[in-house]
Amino acid sequence: MSSNASSVGIVSAQRALFDTPLPLAGGTVLPSYELVFETYGQLNAAGSNAILICHALSGHHHVAGRYSADDKAAGWWDNMIGPGKPIDTNRFFVVGLNNLGGCHGSTGPSSIDPVSGQPWGSRFPVVTVPDWVTAQARLADRLGVERWAAVIGGSLGGMQALQWAIDYPDRVANALVIASAPKLSAQNIAFNDVARQAIITDPDFCGGDFYAQGTIPRRGLRLARMLGHITYLSDDGMGEKFGRMLRSGEYKFGYDVEFEIESYLRYQGDKFSDYFDANTYLLMTKALDYFDPAKDYGGDLVAALQRATASFMVASFTSDWRFSPERSRETVKALIAAGKRVSYAEIESVHGHDAFLMTDEPYMNLMRAYLQRVAKEVAA
Amino acid sequence: MSAPASLRPDLQMIADWVTPRSRVLDLGCGEGDLLAWLQAHKQVSAYGVDFDVNNVVRCVAANVNAIQGDLEAGLAEFEDQRFDHVVLSQTIQAMHNTEQILLEMLRVGREAIVTFPNFGYWENRWQILKGRMPVSDDMPYQWYNTPNIHWCMLGDFDALCAKNGLRVVERVVMTGGRRVHFLPNLRGSLAFYRVTRG
Repeated sequence: MSSNASSVGIVSAQRALFDTPLPLAGGTVLPSYELVFETYGQLNAAGSNAILICHALSGHHHVAGRYSADDKAAGWWDNMIGPGKPIDTNRFFVVGLNNLGGCHGSTGPSSIDPVSGQPWGSRFPVVTVPDWVTAQARLADRLGVERWAAVIGGSLGGMQALQWAIDYPDRVANALVIASAPKLSAQNIAFNDVARQAIITDPDFCGGDFYAQGTIPRRGLRLARMLGHITYLSDDGMGEKFGRMLRSGEYKFGYDVEFEIESYLRYQGDKFSDYFDANTYLLMTKALDYFDPAKDYGGDLVAALQRATASFMVASFTSDWRFSPERSRETVKALIAAGKRVSYAEIESVHGHDAFLMTDEPYMNLMRAYLQRVAKEVAA
Repeated sequence: MSAPASLRPDLQMIADWVTPRSRVLDLGCGEGDLLAWLQAHKQVSAYGVDFDVNNVVRCVAANVNAIQGDLEAGLAEFEDQRFDHVVLSQTIQAMHNTEQILLEMLRVGREAIVTFPNFGYWENRWQILKGRMPVSDDMPYQWYNTPNIHWCMLGDFDALCAKNGLRVVERVVMTGGRRVHFLPNLRGSLAFYRVTRG
């Protein structure tokens, strides 16, 4: 089989405008907003074969395929989604979107506020995971999806899958929660705050209204991304890939790039600061920090999950220290205590948190097995 | 979802003890054969636990809930008295924390169903008399590669239960898929126990 045979091929993004005001968890109301999304595969007549892919911190709607024949990079989860792949577009209608507050086309801080005619900037409200799920539910209505066959996400995306199962119990048949956590730990929040401080204290940030100043807080974004990247990789994985390798083979006794890991992180930081919006980064990390579905239930996650009717698959990766297997086990334990159908796998991997985007064999097998089961449910 | 029409005789013996529509936990569930059968024929709600990710994948494919985990570390994922039956099939002899797992089973469940190869079976004794460690269908390993580190006979398991104040509700002994009533500790190769708290 050629590599093209398992690609969704050339894709294009679509937009949906929503002018029903959206009340947000923070108390404000977004009068109208746009969501940008992509779909792959065909929705069946019953509307029962739809799968929603929820993205993580820096993700977006371009989940699979390419925009043109000579497009160098495919969508961010192209290894998982396509004809014959675990999320099989011959069987499923797959939807990816850019969340509210994003910077890839959906309404966010860098969009123009229709009232002022200026970019929203610092005035864009903080949105939460439940807010995203509400906006996603409206997109589902628009697409004719009454009930998702599955909602799938890794990391922050997994939190959305969990929230879906709680907030819309009748609209989710399966929730796949990968490399995620039921809430952030103090350490997780601490990392997020260092990233935010890097951005906010960059003089080019201008209190969030840098668009009008013609500046971009590149230094802050770059540091935030470098820090983030360290937490996405494992110590072993980083050691295996970079070790103590020097670019020139010897110490220079200065402060320029010397070790390969420095070069890698700086490259990642630079690349990221070219395209990612600083306000979106702040907003996404805040959505992470606030995520705590148990909070409305007196801190009782079991009680929060009681409403869910979905079947769950939870997966974690052994070398993930950002959202370690122990964190996934908290979710699993609560699901079992709530009497929910759940399977849990702890995948051996050196890829750290990033492993949810990789292709470790047991992980691919697990996803394939679970989604074949979902496909059978849809066909039944 | 398709379930196996017939079970291995020893698993069938266990299945016969399971109450319809009960809550079942299968420790060391392997590919989920027992639970798939119980779900199809006795409408149980069940979870399996297995150490091997490949077995978890097979359980997922068979529509069996499987939790990847190490039994030696206990059953922290499960709250007290969550299950009607907790099954440990031909695994207890391979565990380090033998006594702990038995108590954990009865913490999370009302009844423990434990099966193990009976070391007192005459063929084992005969092989020992001939000067070698026993190797059989139920114990297919050599002494140097066996995962089985805690051998016992019927009387030993009875004593462990008694020491912990546990009650043996029922005991069945089988050889080659057939029940053995006369001289079970000599003539039986596989032991099946139903155990509850005193």
